[in-house]
Amino acid sequence: MSDSPAIVESHNPAQQHHFADMEQQRQAASLGMWLFLATEVMFFGGMFCAYLIYRYWYYPEFAAGSKTLDIWLGAINTGVLICSSLTVALSVRAAQFGKRKLLVTLLVATILLGLVFLGIKGVEWASKFEEHHVPGPSFHFEPTAHSHPNTKIDPQRIQIFFSLYFAMTGIHALHMVIGVGLFAVLTFYAWKGRYNSAYYTPIENAGLYWHFVDIIWIYLFPLLYLIDRKK
Amino acid sequence: MSEHIVSIKLYYAIWIALLVLTGITAGVAFIDLGPFNTVVALVIATLKAVLVLLFFMHLKYASEKMTSVVVISAIFWLLLLLALSLADYSTRPLGVS
Repeated sequence: MSDSPAIVESHNPAQQHHFADMEQQRQAASLGMWLFLATEVMFFGGMFCAYLIYRYWYYPEFAAGSKTLDIWLGAINTGVLICSSLTVALSVRAAQFGKRKLLVTLLVATILLGLVFLGIKGVEWASKFEEHHVPGPSFHFEPTAHSHPNTKIDPQRIQIFFSLYFAMTGIHALHMVIGVGLFAVLTFYAWKGRYNSAYYTPIENAGLYWHFVDIIWIYLFPLLYLIDRKK
Repeated sequence: MSEHIVSIKLYYAIWIALLVLTGITAGVAFIDLGPFNTVVALVIATLKAVLVLLFFMHLKYASEKMTSVVVISAIFWLLLLLALSLADYSTRPLGVS
């Protein structure tokens, strides 16, 4: 229309043509992200359900298996993830204020914290391989070292605990790897100056994903590491 | 309406609270509370998750009602899955499928 110059002058270069304005675009993207996270809840929910049922059936074996995990490495990793959630939250804020340098710094800090988490996780997995606690033909568990001598421990059932441990922490770590990759791309574009106070939706949505992965770990830590630690 | 901007002090407060709660969970696990060890651990984990959801994920400030609908639905489906599965398995003889 030749008689509508007002629409042209308010057009942000980041706005897709099928949205009426930037606010509508942001809300649509945000709702889409939350819907994706709802499907992720279902995805992890299946594993949490399997965990719950087997823990209910094989409690002594789950307690014995849990005691072989390193509680301190698990706690430190929880702290690392919480710190990375803070840097993500602060990076969204930096983007809202259009502070490019601060945004890039915080995104790089997030990536580094994510890599620290994955490194610690790798150390934990490596020790599980050395102890032959990985389910499979070479699986071996010495019951007396980790449990009450008068409780009968079935090694077959402990394998189920470790199967769930590797499946849940593995899928969680895969999410971390994807998150680190996402933030690497966002850091590049942030450095190029693509995000500002009018347009920072990708930072916000990647942040939602990262916080969600953090919440999963917040539940994994007590469920896997702290089953029966009392003396 | 543009997105709400959270004060930096609040972010740090939530961060400290999350770290302290992590320390408490790990510490309480060594104290014998009987069956309540698991309850305490899950209550603290849920408290942490709620803090992350409300403040880091800005759910408290979300202007769109649909976001809350999605979050509540997700939690509802998850509880449905867990509750109905457990209602089944916990009323059978041990280990029989």
